[in-house]
Amino acid sequence: MMVPLEWYLILSAALFCIGAYAVLARRNAIAILMGIELMLNAVNVNLVAFWRHLEPAGATGQAFALFVYVVAAAEAAVGLALIIAIWRSRDTVVLEEVDLLKG
Amino acid sequence: MFDSLPEVILRLAWLIPVFPFLAFLIIALWARRDNQLCHILAITAVCFSLVLSQVVFWAAVLKPVGGGEHAWLDSADWIPTGSGSFQASVWIDPLTGVMLFMVPIVCLMIFIYSVGYMNYGTPEQDKRYARFFCYIALFATGMLGLVVSGNLLMLFIFWEVMGLCSYLLIGFWFEKESALKAGLKAFITTRVGDLFFLLGLVALYSAAGSLQFEDVLSPETLVHLSETTINVLGLHLPALPTIAILIFGGTVGKSAQVPLHVWLPDAMEGPTPVSALIHAATMVSAGVYLVARMWPLTLAAASLAPGIVLWIGAITALFGAIIGVFQDDIKRVLAFSTISQLGYMIAALGLGAAATDPALQIGAYVAGVFHLITHAFFKALLFLASGSVIHGMEHGHHHVHSPASPHGHEAHQRFDANDMKNMGGLWKRMPRTFWTFVAGALALSGFPLITAGFWSKDEILAMAYEIKPIIFGILVFAAGLTAFYTARQISMTFLGKPRTKAAEHAPESVHSMTVPLIVLAVFAVSLGWAGIPDELPVIGPLVPNWVHGFVETTIEEHVHLEHHAAAGQLASLAPTAGGSGDAYNWAPLAIGLAFALGGLAVGWFVYARWQPIESADQLDPLERALRKIHMGWLYEFFRRRAMFDELYQKTFIGASIAISRAFAWFDSTIVDGALNGAGWLGRTASDLLNRYVDEAVIDAFFNLVGKVAGIVASANRWFDTTVVNGAVDLTGNATTLAGKRLRRVQSGQVQAYLIVSLVAVVALVAVYLVGTQWLNW
Repeated sequence: MMVPLEWYLILSAALFCIGAYAVLARRNAIAILMGIELMLNAVNVNLVAFWRHLEPAGATGQAFALFVYVVAAAEAAVGLALIIAIWRSRDTVVLEEVDLLKG
Repeated sequence: MFDSLPEVILRLAWLIPVFPFLAFLIIALWARRDNQLCHILAITAVCFSLVLSQVVFWAAVLKPVGGGEHAWLDSADWIPTGSGSFQASVWIDPLTGVMLFMVPIVCLMIFIYSVGYMNYGTPEQDKRYARFFCYIALFATGMLGLVVSGNLLMLFIFWEVMGLCSYLLIGFWFEKESALKAGLKAFITTRVGDLFFLLGLVALYSAAGSLQFEDVLSPETLVHLSETTINVLGLHLPALPTIAILIFGGTVGKSAQVPLHVWLPDAMEGPTPVSALIHAATMVSAGVYLVARMWPLTLAAASLAPGIVLWIGAITALFGAIIGVFQDDIKRVLAFSTISQLGYMIAALGLGAAATDPALQIGAYVAGVFHLITHAFFKALLFLASGSVIHGMEHGHHHVHSPASPHGHEAHQRFDANDMKNMGGLWKRMPRTFWTFVAGALALSGFPLITAGFWSKDEILAMAYEIKPIIFGILVFAAGLTAFYTARQISMTFLGKPRTKAAEHAPESVHSMTVPLIVLAVFAVSLGWAGIPDELPVIGPLVPNWVHGFVETTIEEHVHLEHHAAAGQLASLAPTAGGSGDAYNWAPLAIGLAFALGGLAVGWFVYARWQPIESADQLDPLERALRKIHMGWLYEFFRRRAMFDELYQKTFIGASIAISRAFAWFDSTIVDGALNGAGWLGRTASDLLNRYVDEAVIDAFFNLVGKVAGIVASANRWFDTTVVNGAVDLTGNATTLAGKRLRRVQSGQVQAYLIVSLVAVVALVAVYLVGTQWLNW
């Protein structure tokens, strides 16, 4: 017996919302990065769930999930590097204090 | 290896003028501040040139170089012309060789002497010390370049470089007005000659198509030229004599021949090393060198051109000697003696070209060149020795009238260190200068056997005796006068008692001045032994006549060509070469000797024994004698150099001023008058038009138009300020306001942006869902 698709979707939506909340509300840049990871993984859960329930013959969903991992890894590397650079130059990881783009 | 030796030598010859030029550049651009470095650079550069020149000279002597086709030539393309190109070339033949022997040695000696003369390292050191060495280095470039040049174009360029240096160095002490004027006079006077020279070059190039010596002096070209005519203002002149005479014009200017000799005596305003280097040994002899170089041309241009050369030379020789007798300035005497001796050389070369017998042609040519070389040495020596005397006099004067003593400054103003009347008795004070001066003076007056001047001058006299007795008469009389003024000069300067305090206290010069004197004295005495005629009994056979054997090859083929053209047969070529083989003719030697020794004896007797000048303001014995017979004006006439300057002042300069005045009058009266008249007419007409047409009719019309326009303009202005400006201002203000409001959105807070985008996405999704689910879009 299979876990119904809706449960997956609920899990995924919950995960996504938690991630989005972290991204929008946390002040620490590292936590924001972690929130982004959560959002990406929520997408992964969706992809795999849809593949399993709708197109089990192909491998499209798995392949996309793998691509998202790669992108997530790259994004984490770049994001951490940026955070380190900001910390070195401005001595902070609080994004509110980083407002170079203020018009 | 040995076959290629001339090529190696030729490559070296290119470098001869380069070293002094480098020294000139370095001094001019970088080394000016360091006086010691300047003279070291200049002297080292000339040393290099000297070594190279000696290498070239000895190579030319040992592996005999010839003239014409047998000369060594190295050339490279230089300036492209329409149909080919001008060549830069080096040309080594015996004439070049002997010049290369003479020029660097004299240059080096004079450079070394200059260190002392310009008071190196003493408080009186010249304030333009570095500049002096800069100029003389450039001068050495000019002279050495001229000697090795393989064509007339390069020769002319170096010729002008020397002219420039001459101007700069004569006017070296330009604070003195006389020096400034003398420089200008030299430059302008020589320019007159150079103009002829340049015209000659142009004519030659247009007729022969080349300025390379190998082409110009080749027998084919000479034959071609003799058949060509040149069109001058519609007159068809034969090419050969015209070109020869025009080029000779350059010599007349440069070598100070009558009538362009007037600049040389004034050139003595320059520092004495300059007088020795430029106005005795090298630059003035460049003119003679040019005649010698172009001699085949003159020879082929018989008989007008040789005649002119010959007579100008002879007249100059006599004229210079006569004027020399009447001068009191120690350097002026030498200047006129230089003019006179240059006249001898020119006369000798002219005699050679005027002669018909090949042996005599060669003989006279060689004699002229030989005298050129020996004269350079002994005249440089005489000038340097006189410079040493002047230097000593100045120091003596300085010693007596030191600035501390009363009235010292006044006396300094009036004192003339060059005036021989202020000297006397210097032989005790300046022994080295005295003995070397005597060596040079005896060479100049042709003291027999031991001096160089005797051998070279005797040869000229002997040739003149054979070729044109009347010239012999003139030259031998001039030789007598030469000996007379030489003895006068020695007596007045060195013998007797000191006539001024300065002469009493004159010190001997420093070693850097006396050593070059001694070296030059050695040459002035010994150089003649290289050219003792073979025919002279007793001594002749002992010493081979090196000079004759070497130099004659320069022109040998031309002489024989001419000879055979004249004789119309080619067979009897060989036997006429070399000496004539006749018994030695004693007559010219005896007469010449009698005049030389007689002149010396009379001069010595009059000025040292019979009527010595006792004090500085006493009249010359000659003047006293002439006054007694009411001929004092004659003395004055010659003392003022036969009034040539006054004559030129009245004629050429006066005429050019008069012409200028006439043109100025024409300009100010006729031309300006016409212009002023036209201007007045125009102004009157415009006044009338202004009053009756302009103000009355046109202005009124325009005022009307103006008023209408004014009304239209004010209406316009109202529209502009209210409507247009209002619209523009509104746009601007609205934009600013919008910017101020919108600016707040851009907070720089990434998370704020994200919230906006999240809200937007949610809103879009909501709209989509509402639309699709309930509204059935």
